[in-house]
Amino acid sequence: MPGAEVKQARNDLALVSAIRSGDETAMGELYDRYSGIIYAVALRVLGDTGTAEDVLQEVFMQLWRNARLFDASRGNLAPWLAVIARNRAIDMLRKRRPESDLEEVVISVEPDLAGDAERAVVMAKVRSVLGGMAAAQRMALEMAYFEGLSHSEIAAKTGEALGTIKTRIRTGLLALRKAFEK
Amino acid sequence: MSVHEQFAEDLSLYALGTLQGEERAALERHLHQCAGCRQELELLRGDMALFALSTSGPRPPARARQRLMDAVTRERRRAGIGGRKPWWALVPSFAAATMAAVAVFFWLQSSRLQRDLATLEKRSAQQRTELQREREIVATLTATDAMTVTLVAAKTPPQPQGKIMYVKDRASLIFLASNMPMPPSQKAYELWLIPMKGAPMPAGMFKPDAHGSAMVINPPLPAGMDAKAFAITIEPETGSPTPTMPIVMMGSGA
Repeated sequence: MPGAEVKQARNDLALVSAIRSGDETAMGELYDRYSGIIYAVALRVLGDTGTAEDVLQEVFMQLWRNARLFDASRGNLAPWLAVIARNRAIDMLRKRRPESDLEEVVISVEPDLAGDAERAVVMAKVRSVLGGMAAAQRMALEMAYFEGLSHSEIAAKTGEALGTIKTRIRTGLLALRKAFEK
Repeated sequence: MSVHEQFAEDLSLYALGTLQGEERAALERHLHQCAGCRQELELLRGDMALFALSTSGPRPPARARQRLMDAVTRERRRAGIGGRKPWWALVPSFAAATMAAVAVFFWLQSSRLQRDLATLEKRSAQQRTELQREREIVATLTATDAMTVTLVAAKTPPQPQGKIMYVKDRASLIFLASNMPMPPSQKAYELWLIPMKGAPMPAGMFKPDAHGSAMVINPPLPAGMDAKAFAITIEPETGSPTPTMPIVMMGSGA
């Protein structure tokens, strides 16, 4: 429903604005809205609830400290948090210092992910696209996304050519995008 | 705007954070220049966000929310974040900031004044040294107990002699005479500056002492007056506006 989408988007923006003013209740509301996605991604990457909780805590603390860095004109909040959570979880998995700069994370995504209902629809569609992919392609994509493996590492694990892995990753991501193009 | 095909696959790996080494550096250089590839990177990050939704699992435990909110409260208290403070709560901060600014201003002023003072003290010390030297010269020249000796060729009887040091820009003149005979009663010697053009100008009256020595220091003269010569005549003690002939002594500058 377009009206609901606009209302939801405004609410995200209003909450981030309130956080900039030090409003703790706004922080609680955003947590209730998005902690599920962040925790699920972190748990999938790390496979450990304690470390996944650490990522969850860290991502929201980054939002609290750097709310000014979130620019609503450059992408909405849910994908921004999801990408930051995934990147931070991979950093922790590979035991390296955080690599992504929050200011650099600019995201452009077609479907609206702000409301629970919208997210449920998108989730079903993503799973459907992945289910339709060749197993080798889905595996390459998952290894890169959830394990943070480089194309060389994936090639070494699967015994396939580097170029093939690169192509599979790119076409896999494009297939997801294409499914949501209007 | 279009994506450059040679970077298309590397862009996906870059978005995933798995591109390393020279390939990564080359792509980052290209991204700085290519808006099309930057836009594709934003879309790839969007694809990554969609991919995150393929996951599902248990909700985070309730303690995680409490842990976050406790941390936020602690940090808020520590950082003093908050936009709902009354205006008067900002007064101490404002006053402290103002005092800090004033302190910095005075510190800068003080530093500048100290530098100026040091320069002035140095200049003053130089001037004191020069003044002391000049005083010593003048004291020697004007000392009544100074021994004055005029050296002349051997076996030559002492001759009246006068020396003039004249600096026209400062209108400064020092005249020293020796072996001068005493002028007639109620008469005195008068020194004359003879300019390049115009009438001679009076440059001071003098009478020699018992040893025939005399001196004139800085008589009133206009500055910048070019002197062709100096002359001495005998005049009434009160002085004359024009020289009375004959000229008893005369000399011109080298």
